[in-house]
Parts: sequence; structure tokens; C-alpha cells
Amino acid sequence: MIVDVGTRLAIEDLFARYAHTIDDDRLEEWPALFTEDCLYQVISAENWALKRPIGLIHCDNRAMLQDRVTSLREANIYEAQSYRHMLSATLVTHFHRDEARVVSNYQVTRIMQDGSTLLFSCGRYLDRIKFTKAGPLFAERVVVYDNRRVDTLLAIPL
Amino acid sequence: MDAPAFAWPAGGNTRVPYRVYTDAENHEREKAKIFAGPTWGFLCAATEIPEAGDYKTTFLGEVPVVVVRRKDGGINALVNRCSHRGSLVALKNQGNTGTSLTCVYHSWAFDLDGNLQGVPFRRGIEGKGGMPDSFDLKQHGLKRLRVEETCGLVFGSLSAEAPPLEEHIGELIGGRMQRVLGNRKLKVLGTTSQYLHNNWKLYVENTKDTYHASLLHSFFSTFKILRLTATGGIHVSEGGGNHASHSRNKQDTDGGEYVGLRSAIDGFGLQDASIFGARDEFGDGITVQILSVFPNFILQQVHNSIALRQVLPKGVDETELLWTFLGFEDDDAEMQRMRLKQANLVGPAGYISMEDGCVGGWVQRAIQGSEADDSVVEMGGAGHASSDSRVSEASVRGFWNQYRETMGFAP
Repeated sequence: MIVDVGTRLAIEDLFARYAHTIDDDRLEEWPALFTEDCLYQVISAENWALKRPIGLIHCDNRAMLQDRVTSLREANIYEAQSYRHMLSATLVTHFHRDEARVVSNYQVTRIMQDGSTLLFSCGRYLDRIKFTKAGPLFAERVVVYDNRRVDTLLAIPL
Repeated sequence: MDAPAFAWPAGGNTRVPYRVYTDAENHEREKAKIFAGPTWGFLCAATEIPEAGDYKTTFLGEVPVVVVRRKDGGINALVNRCSHRGSLVALKNQGNTGTSLTCVYHSWAFDLDGNLQGVPFRRGIEGKGGMPDSFDLKQHGLKRLRVEETCGLVFGSLSAEAPPLEEHIGELIGGRMQRVLGNRKLKVLGTTSQYLHNNWKLYVENTKDTYHASLLHSFFSTFKILRLTATGGIHVSEGGGNHASHSRNKQDTDGGEYVGLRSAIDGFGLQDASIFGARDEFGDGITVQILSVFPNFILQQVHNSIALRQVLPKGVDETELLWTFLGFEDDDAEMQRMRLKQANLVGPAGYISMEDGCVGGWVQRAIQGSEADDSVVEMGGAGHASSDSRVSEASVRGFWNQYRETMGFAP
């Protein structure tokens, strides 16, 4: 649906901040882009289509996102790597008062420390965005990835 | 192929030659001796193909297999290769094929038992072309696997010499499998594929390696969740190839819930402890049980997260790891929620398992050029007997014991 330019820009700005936060390795700032009672889920398109609930990550509140970041920083061991997000085809499907539902496409390239670069993941973001006093936040971000197969491991969030 | 590609080093099961992860000839031999040999491979959960004609494609080692539900309710497994020109017959991951499987290349059609039903233009056109009269449909069916089921899991074997599945798993490990899966109706909650840049055996060993758990995976210790009171042990089958390791928190058996755990977490960094609101589902206080069946099947219980792992070789230096997350049809809403939450612990992004996705690749990279050297597997001695200590590599040695025997490496 067509929303006013200001709303659309606010949504796209949120998306861009999300991408840069992750790609710049500012993961500590990543949970702040979500509401406190948010849902963040990473699930394959195959499971999503079959209505099977278990994917790679399922966080049903912001504290769980903070825990994931703490775990990545303090506990988990994985090779140095970074992402580059490419975002496109933002489609607002519903907009009512202070809430929007948005579908968009992403590609994430993963770059390893030795320079090997892989199209690591591609798929859709299915978002419910809440417009709060502090600006738009993700109330839901469901990452539905098309690439059934995960190379090696998924540490950094998509 | 009659003799192994190289000699096993002195030291028996305490030394593993690096060549075993890199040698192409050895890899070919594994196809014949292990995956087409007297072993069983996990194919699917029976519940994944509930209706007649439902099928799922998978692999026995590297051999493509289609598992299909017959009209009489039984399950067949067929090599997914047309008997004519060798094309894949079933092309999708899963679906329903009705009463026959038809190869798209030249439309050769097979019934669900794999029998060739018909060949287009068999008699030619107007007396020209066609198959010779001597062509016998009966001789050209799809190759059929032996199929057996246990605990709702379907296994297949290409070998007439493989012992019955229950015997292959054995009473000891079978009992540990029964403990988790019982005779309850399984429900698939999700599947995940993870691609590893290492030989398949490095992943299988990793699942049997109780020594690494608290060292490589520091999630529990970082958040002070692993308790010093934790006890556990390892069960290893006689031949060594199957194992079940477990750990339990002593206090957790009090009242059957994870009493005290929440307070242990508070103040130690976890903002949301709901991930550990687990139920003592099996009433024995065991929080983690990892079980393997030779050569490449894993059953995992990590708190309330139950998953099957199929370790599929993709050439000598790559592996596809297929995860199937399970629940039971009679799970209540709270249990469903726990399974969903605790799946965060495992899988390719799991708090306590993501390291296993990369560590095999590090070995594979590090051993290049060192094929004449051996790795050391001596923690806990030289044997592979069951033990109540997990500071042991007994089940890893057990794997190599069964591997060497199956592959014909001299003891």
C-alpha cells in the first residue's frame, strides 16, 4: 500500500540503521532497534512454508537479543567475519495508526578474515514496525531465508 | 579396493592417521565398506511420510534415496536412480507421488516397490525401434534398500549382511534411544541444513567427544550455568560404534524441575533466563544426552530440545549436516514453547553448538600437508568401555574401533 513519504522514509531509515549496525559490528546497539516485547526469528523458507516453528534463532523479547550479543562477544567461538547487507524491494503491506507491516528483500554477503567472500544468505524480512515516541522500532522481524543450507555456522544475526 | 589405502599407525585406537580425513581412495572404500556395508543409515522419521504415496528424498552416505509410504502402510526405500540412464527419479525434497515413481528423462515408470511397470515405445513405432524382445522388465527395477523402524525412525541398509537394526543399535544404546523417543508419536518441528567444510568423520567424532564439551562451548560456563555438581557418564556399545553420553545436575532431580537454576543465572549476565525453564521430561534429571549410531546418526536431547542429526558425506572434505527438530504429538503448549526456545541452544546458530560447525573445518585446513601424522586420542586410556567419567575420549576410540573393523584396517 502507498503510505506518505515521511512514513516510508522512516521505515527505510530504520532498515538502513539495522543494516549498518550489524555490518559495522555495533551489535550492542542492535537490540535497541526492537521493542521490549519483540519477536526476532530466523527461519528457512522451507520451514516457514510448512508452518514448522523451529528455525535457527527464536527470540521473543529484547532481553534475549541482548543475551545473544553477550554470548557472541563473551562465550561463542567462531572465525573473524563480517556481513554486508543489501536491502531492496520494500513493500508496505499494512499500515494502521502506529503500526506497519512491511516485506523487503535482503542479501547478506559474509566476508571471512582470509578474504573469502560468500553470498551467505538471501531472503525476506517480514516486519511489524511500531511507531513509538522514540521513532520506529521492530516489534517483529522474521527473517525467512531462501538458502536452505547454512554454510558452517550462523553467529552474527541476519 | 581389497586392501585399505594405507596402514593404520601403531597405537591402535589411540592414534588416528590424518589421511583418514583426506584420502580419496579411502573415501571410495568407505562408500563400499561402510555406507553400502553392514550398517544402517537413518532415512527419515516415519511421521514425515504419513499418507500412501508420500515420499522424502535423502541419502544413505552419498547414495540418493527416496523413502516412500506404501498403500499398505509400510515404508519402502529405493535408490533414487533410474535403472535406465541413471537420472534422479524423485526430484523434490518431499511430496506425494501417487502410486508410481516416473523418471522424467524417458518416462520409465516404477511402482512403489521399485518394480519397472512400463517403458514408453517398448514395442517401437510401426514395428521399428523399441526394446528387444529379450528385455525383461523384472530385471530393471529400482534398487531397493532393507528398511527397518525403531522408535518411529526409519533406517535403511544396502547390505544383506547387516544385522537386524535392533542388533546393530544394541540393547544398551537402544535403551537410551527409547528413553528419549519411547513409543510416543513424533512431530517434526523443523529441519535445518548445515554445510561443513570437513570430512564427515570429524563431525561424528565431535559428537562423541565428551572431553571438548565444556572447553570449546563456553556458553554454559560464561553464564555460570554448568555446575560443578553435574555428574554424568558414557555408554559405549561393545563394538564401539554406538554411544550415549549424558550429564545431569544433581539438584535438578529435586522436584523434577530446574530448581535453583534461575537464581544461579541472575547476576551472571543472562538477561532472560526463560531459555532454561526446562522440564525434567524423562523424570531422571538428565539434562543432556547425546547418542550416536554407527556410522552417521545422532540423537540429541539438550534439555527439552530433541533433534536428529544426519551426517552426510559430500566428497572427502565436505559434509552436509541435516537437523530434524522433534516434539511429540501430545506436547502441551508450554512444552512446545520450551522446545522452540531451547532450539536456540543447538543447530547452526546454537549457543552451545555453533562452534562444532567450524572446528572440524579448522582440523581439515590444519592437516593439509601433514597426512603422514596422527592425532592423539588418549584421554581416559586406550579402551572404549562405558564409564562414569566424561573426561574421556572412550566413545571416540569406540568409533575408530568399529570403523577399523568395518573398513578392514588391521587391529
